[in-house]
Amino acid sequence: MILKGKVWKFGDNIDTDAIIPARYLTTSDPQELAKHCMEDADPAFITKMKPGDIIVGGENFGCGSSREHAPIAIKAAGVSCVVAKSFARIFYRNSFNMGLPIFESRELMGAIKDGDEISLDSAKGIITVTKGNKIFSSNSIPPFMEQLISDGGLMKHIGKKRKESRV
Amino acid sequence: MGNTITEKILMAHTDLKEIRAGQLINAKVDIALGNDITAPIAIKEFQKAGGKKVFDKNKVVLVLDHFTPNKDIDSAQQCKFVHEFAMEQQVTHFYEGGQVGIEHALLPEKGIVLPGDLVIGADSHTCTYGALGAFATGVGSTDLAAVMLTGELWFKVPQSMKFIIKGKMPKWVSGKDLILNIIGRIGVDGALYKAMEFAGETIGKLPMADRLSMANMAIEAGAKNGIFAPDAITKEYVEPRAKRPYKFYSSDADAVYSDTIEIDAGKLEPQVAFPHLPSNVKGVSKARNIKIDQALIGSCTNGRIEDLRIAAAILKKRKAASTVRLIVVPATPDIYKQAIKEGLIEIFMNADAVISPPSCGACLGGHLGILAEGERAVATTNRNFVGRMGHPQSEVYLASPAVAAASAILGRIASPEEL
Repeated sequence: MILKGKVWKFGDNIDTDAIIPARYLTTSDPQELAKHCMEDADPAFITKMKPGDIIVGGENFGCGSSREHAPIAIKAAGVSCVVAKSFARIFYRNSFNMGLPIFESRELMGAIKDGDEISLDSAKGIITVTKGNKIFSSNSIPPFMEQLISDGGLMKHIGKKRKESRV
Repeated sequence: MGNTITEKILMAHTDLKEIRAGQLINAKVDIALGNDITAPIAIKEFQKAGGKKVFDKNKVVLVLDHFTPNKDIDSAQQCKFVHEFAMEQQVTHFYEGGQVGIEHALLPEKGIVLPGDLVIGADSHTCTYGALGAFATGVGSTDLAAVMLTGELWFKVPQSMKFIIKGKMPKWVSGKDLILNIIGRIGVDGALYKAMEFAGETIGKLPMADRLSMANMAIEAGAKNGIFAPDAITKEYVEPRAKRPYKFYSSDADAVYSDTIEIDAGKLEPQVAFPHLPSNVKGVSKARNIKIDQALIGSCTNGRIEDLRIAAAILKKRKAASTVRLIVVPATPDIYKQAIKEGLIEIFMNADAVISPPSCGACLGGHLGILAEGERAVATTNRNFVGRMGHPQSEVYLASPAVAAASAILGRIASPEEL
């Protein structure tokens, strides 16, 4: 899959309270959560961004709570994927489990500014900055995680395995 | 080459004969936890996948502790949804109403989590149970759904970091100060994807309440789990509570660690984490003249009876400053009752404290103690991110119950030594 969009840059340690503040967790409706996506990091983000845009974060993106509402809010807002220098552990798990594409790249952040367009070949892990045609590769994903993505998330993966074991 | 306690517990929950850090495994889960925020998504995923019965009704734990007592209609709807699922599934360990305690104080207290267990919880502070010598880690709602369906989950075996704590802890220095100091040293991603194993002579003498506070905040350094080798102190805590067998594991002498860090606890003073990261830590002597509007004593980190005793000893025959809202949150009903019995609640009320029912509400900026724009709190909780306890322009300083109590009295961040 090729993901293409404008980037929105965020710093290090963007925590899940910044991605979706706890005051909005009285619902798990993706569309409601999407309205407040990244609100405490950038209150204007949701009005500026367009579907397909890409979030680029620094170190430890998604640290803090285990709330899956964070990747849900990002996905429902229409963000096509998140690229960060590194991800916090639970956010990383959650994203694969629920189907938000995420990629690790230490170099991309320094090579782009807000509004730049990038394209990302998710299968090959190749990131291209359109202007100047700069190319970066994202860290490879363990085969098991690739399987999770191609099966459509953890629950579908489990469903498939259970079906296979019954055959 | 030997194994760490974390590797041994994980291996014991698989059919594998050998296990190494970095390996991806599928492991059986002893206890799976969800709360009123995370369980609704898990239940929907479970049902969407065709789930009819949870894998074991004795091993799924549901605690409605975040937006309870129900703060508004939406949170009431979420609780009702979880309640109906718990009834339908006849979940043994379901807590609502007057039985609710803050989950990570409640589960150890009730003997639901035990040494040697593999515990997952759709709540990041599930790592608390490592204090008992269990492998416990926070996961998301989909993970919880998977476990409710199959009783198993995938894990990457973490590398372990060893923290050797030596020296006699000075008066007013607690487990909370140790873990804040550690997070200050290694940063909020200093233990990313890793196990934090706490050892050394100081740890051997550390009471269970302090161990629970420390393991609780392992996630604040990015860790997968925090863990203590179980010992006589563990046995004393667990034995009267356990209703099923449990097992003590310990690391081999030749176990492999990615890092070993030694800390002299004798040189520490009470610690304070400044806004807006738990790693922004300074000694309390460097936190003078910071006026506060609220002091919160409670949470899964520091709402246990031992914490309330320390706070009460400081607040006895004193009052919170007139400019400070003091909120005390006993973490469970049993802690609340014990605090009444010991006269602690009376001390708090005489100090003009508000006593909150057991709830996570204030800590995560949900309800029962929200900060306004520009307000500043000292809290015995675990996170001080932007907007964590309320308005995005409010501030949270993390500290021990002793520092929070002293600060409430003086109206500014203070050490009990200053009283």
